[in-house]
Amino acid sequence: MTSFTIPPTGLRFEGIDKRYGGLYALRRVSFEIAAGECAVLAGRNGSGKTTLLRIAGQIVRPTHGKLSFPGRTAGSDGNSRPGYVGHSTMVYDELSAEENLLLFAKLQKVESPGERVENLLREVGLFERRASLVRTFSRGMRQRIAIARALIHRPSVLLLDEPATGLDPLGITWLANSLRELNRAGCTVVMSLHGESEISALATRAVRLDAGGVVADTKSGASLREILTFGSA
Amino acid sequence: MSLFSTTTVLLGKELRTEFRSRELLTTTVVFILVVLILFSFAISPTTEESREFGPGLLWLAILFAASLMLQPCFLREQSNDTLSSLRLAVSDPFSIFLAKLAANTLFLMVTELIMLPFFAIFYNVPVLPEFPWLILVLFLGSLGISVAGTALSAISAQARMRELLLPLLLLPLLTPVLVVSATVTVSLFEREPIVKGKGIAFLAVFDVVFLTALWLFGEYLLEE
Repeated sequence: MTSFTIPPTGLRFEGIDKRYGGLYALRRVSFEIAAGECAVLAGRNGSGKTTLLRIAGQIVRPTHGKLSFPGRTAGSDGNSRPGYVGHSTMVYDELSAEENLLLFAKLQKVESPGERVENLLREVGLFERRASLVRTFSRGMRQRIAIARALIHRPSVLLLDEPATGLDPLGITWLANSLRELNRAGCTVVMSLHGESEISALATRAVRLDAGGVVADTKSGASLREILTFGSA
Repeated sequence: MSLFSTTTVLLGKELRTEFRSRELLTTTVVFILVVLILFSFAISPTTEESREFGPGLLWLAILFAASLMLQPCFLREQSNDTLSSLRLAVSDPFSIFLAKLAANTLFLMVTELIMLPFFAIFYNVPVLPEFPWLILVLFLGSLGISVAGTALSAISAQARMRELLLPLLLLPLLTPVLVVSATVTVSLFEREPIVKGKGIAFLAVFDVVFLTALWLFGEYLLEE
């Protein structure tokens, strides 16, 4: 990955509620993630991690509360939009790896899209399979292309929902290195994870959710590890 | 990126995915031909009857084919959550609608152009004398069906009983377009064809009104 800098952008949740019918997925969630932090959201299944990440990605609108991006300049476009890796690949099965990335590069006004796509395909190890349709990819390859799509515009905020799913040990190492480099360049990283891993080692902060609310939030080493390993024993 | 260039990029994606899978075009072309041929053999209309009733059957077949085509329009964006990635990538969500309705109109027009020679043969109706006007009516009618249908497809894709919901919403909403399109087409097939300007103007107004509504409220239709 080449050296580059990313405009610092944080993430602020203020009194976020999200209700699906009568069910609260999130209740009065308020915290701020500073620009350049690498935060991990931990918690049991159904605790609200995915909903919070989808709200942060502006894919879902909160029922109440406010989401803001401190540091984001007004009217800015391009890499000010969060990069988002979800449970689905969020790419088209009927397009090739290269066509998918080119599509999103063009939509997000990436400079020299062809060059950027080629470099990214090399980074994620899919350059040899660039012309293959995504539907022919294995689970791990799909996850790689999903991550590449989220990184295409060098986002200032990167949101990842269980990003290691489907990746082999080499893929996990690659992802950890990529995230480390992005984080060093100034990218704010927020991800949901289960247990400790090479990727969780990057965390500078851990927030634990339970029943839609924040129950623990720490930046200190021991507590951070405790939150990350909670429920995984 | 301007609305036009974003829409062009997205339209390219729509065409590429469709021509690769041929899912929609194959289904609609086969369906529309079967319906027209079936009606032709079942009714065995005389030339005069064909001139009178043919356009009604034609637009009915177009409507059914369109509802087949519109159903997966947003539904297939859900399998990999690609609608979310599009919403994250584009600055104006209207471009997503514009690309989809342009693709739907184009696919419908292609289906209609394939179907017209069969219609002319099986119903013994001369389609060539007023061909440019016929194409205009087919275009305005198809655009109306696509605009309303694309909006409703976005709504129904997120609902339960989605397969039932789209036709339920679509058919009543499109009744005025179908009535006017059929009436204008009948007048074009008469022995001395007449171009019904008011009908064509109505179709154009319908398209503009629905397009404006989609531009104003489309963003809300894409929300989860």
